[in-house]
Amino acid sequence: MRYAMAVDTRKCVGCSDCVVACQTENAVPIGYCRDWVVEVTDGTYPQLEMEIRSERCNHCANAPCVRCCPTGASHIVDGGIVVVTKTDCIGCGACIASCPYDARYPHPKGYVDKCTFCEHRIRNGMKPSCVEVCPTKCLYFGDLHDPNSSVSLVLKRRKYKTLIPEAGTDPQLYFLI
Amino acid sequence: MREEIIVSGRNNPMVDPNLHIWHWQIPLYLFLGGMAAGILIIAALYYIRGREKDYRTAVRITPFLTPFLLVLGLLALFIDLRHKLFFWQLYTNIKLQSPMSWGAWTLMVITPVAFIWCALHIRDIFPQWDWKYSWLKALEEFFNKYKKALAWVMLIYGIILGIYTGILLSAFNARPLWNTSILGPLFLASGLSAGAASTLILSRNSEERKQFARIDLVMIGIELFLIIHMFMGFLASTQVQIEAAQMFLGGAYTTSFWVFVILLGLVIPGVLEIMELRKLHIPAFVPALMVIFGSIMLRFIIVYAGQMSRWLY
Repeated sequence: MRYAMAVDTRKCVGCSDCVVACQTENAVPIGYCRDWVVEVTDGTYPQLEMEIRSERCNHCANAPCVRCCPTGASHIVDGGIVVVTKTDCIGCGACIASCPYDARYPHPKGYVDKCTFCEHRIRNGMKPSCVEVCPTKCLYFGDLHDPNSSVSLVLKRRKYKTLIPEAGTDPQLYFLI
Repeated sequence: MREEIIVSGRNNPMVDPNLHIWHWQIPLYLFLGGMAAGILIIAALYYIRGREKDYRTAVRITPFLTPFLLVLGLLALFIDLRHKLFFWQLYTNIKLQSPMSWGAWTLMVITPVAFIWCALHIRDIFPQWDWKYSWLKALEEFFNKYKKALAWVMLIYGIILGIYTGILLSAFNARPLWNTSILGPLFLASGLSAGAASTLILSRNSEERKQFARIDLVMIGIELFLIIHMFMGFLASTQVQIEAAQMFLGGAYTTSFWVFVILLGLVIPGVLEIMELRKLHIPAFVPALMVIFGSIMLRFIIVYAGQMSRWLY
């Protein structure tokens, strides 16, 4: 099993519902976020092109945060999801420094926190909360090893990119372009 | 024209707008650990080679600094942890891919070794010392018998400690400035140089002082070579590493790096030590303190600047 997410940058309108849904679902402390929306504008008016990306942890297949963790608190669970076990985490910050996407943050309680693909939801057959609430249905989530999952199907017919693959992390967040 | 903004707003403390997860604790520890490693490597090396009589201060006196350096360093590391009550997790896991795990275990070995080494030489500081309890005396006898083995452990773990302080940073490929294997040998050389400088301050023997001024000079030369080498590597590498080097070649860290590390920390003490070896009267502690200062600044600047360097995004 290999969970992955695809983000349709042509459908996303940048409403930030995914961000709020995540903060609510995961009780993210005020002032913090596990996902965020990037808006890229190219060109000069009136020739403008826009790309909007809902970003979060890339759940890298070659995750530097897992490699650098001295206690094994950062680890990869079934489906390739990168998670942190709070009670194993010493809060040293090595994983935060090792993430080229700056997708992790130190929780005010001391441990390191990050996107979990809403593991507690997907293990119960639900979608991650960001995917669930997206009003434009621009987020696709599923198992890459299942050829009929929504993410496999959309990646089969659309052009896509990943973010800074040259950092050598093998990111699993796909952006449809 | 391209404009890229986070429209949902992202201001995660210590991560945005630029990473600043590590403050003074980490560079201070890197310096203290590196200097302790330098002192212990030199002491072990001269002891193993049977030069204890010629370099008495380096083998028997300067190591008394290391328990303080290591304990202060460990304290700084502990203060840096944000989930402090779980620090023991470091010692219930061995993660071979994590330099921090290596470092934690190395400290676990080298700190007691440094204490034992000092205990064996305690009469050099307090001639009247008495261990009082018979089991302590037996322990002293035991370690005295295997002192050579102890020196080898000290040498090997000293080298690991000295290199690891650099490897710790170079393992982070997310920070292009740190992502160079030169940092390992550079921090080792800097630690050895600070270690030699501390003997230079403490020694009352002019032959020993001369030798340590020479060691310091060689280390300064090696450091300068490695720093030039590091910038050559950056400038011939990818855009992110070119930008990392630019921070020191016209960017925000130019003045602090070239003035505090290169000029005051390496070049001027190097010149002073050459003058001293040429029999000009220079108070030995002046270049030595400058070397130690440069060694501290090198860690601080590399740790702070490294957090500013990032992938194009």
